[in-house]
Amino acid sequence: MALTISFWILAVVMIIAALGVVFLRNVFRAALSLILCFLMVAGLYITLSADFLAAVQILVYVGAISVLIILAIMMTREVQRGSPPNRLQFPAFVVTILFFEVLVLTLINTPWQISSTPPLAPTTASLATLLFGEGGFILPVEIAAVLLLSAIIGAIVLAREK
Amino acid sequence: MNVGLEHYLILSALLFSIGLYGVLAKRNAVIILMCIELMLNAVNITLVAFSRYVVPALLTGQIFAIFVIVVAAAEVAVGLAIILAIYRGLEDIDVTKINLMKW
Repeated sequence: MALTISFWILAVVMIIAALGVVFLRNVFRAALSLILCFLMVAGLYITLSADFLAAVQILVYVGAISVLIILAIMMTREVQRGSPPNRLQFPAFVVTILFFEVLVLTLINTPWQISSTPPLAPTTASLATLLFGEGGFILPVEIAAVLLLSAIIGAIVLAREK
Repeated sequence: MNVGLEHYLILSALLFSIGLYGVLAKRNAVIILMCIELMLNAVNITLVAFSRYVVPALLTGQIFAIFVIVVAAAEVAVGLAIILAIYRGLEDIDVTKINLMKW
């Protein structure tokens, strides 16, 4: 019961915050709304009993990515000009509605095989075993490290003053 | 009414659609990047929901979500660096006016 109530509160606040990202005129307020949306997603992870992922969500998204985005807004001085829609506003709306309809119809009409097993309670140790253990995801972890390194170097090269 | 898999899937579909609308209909490049983040978050919710309700003992969906977060972080860093470079050259980040490479 508590899970249901918290799900609905998180869902409503998340959707309102996401709409704020798209429809707020002030870019800085849109970024703050995005941070609220990230926090609500972290809450949703907790209701899905993904505790480690909720912590990662808060650290990476709320901590790092939002700071980067706010820094970019400050450095490009777009706050006064706002975020006006382009000419494709109405076609984009129609395409989005159609896409959502198709997605919901597919999701509702697919018979998902829901397992009745209770979820693992603390996921951190199991995730570490999966990521770093024998026969796990150690190669993707290494590739992710290389990807992050190249992204950092690429960002420095791109953003450097000539 | 208990919350099930469908609730999470429809919620993330709604979040993805909002992000899609923002990507298609906005001029500001930073806002477009933020909407891409919304879409990635929606996909993450889907992955974690599937992991919770379909294979609760395996956690594969959560592993995928971790890699999506890694790629999203890399994408934001490079994307914002590109936006800063464009702003330095053109004094504008309106994507309808950035047409240097348009044939």
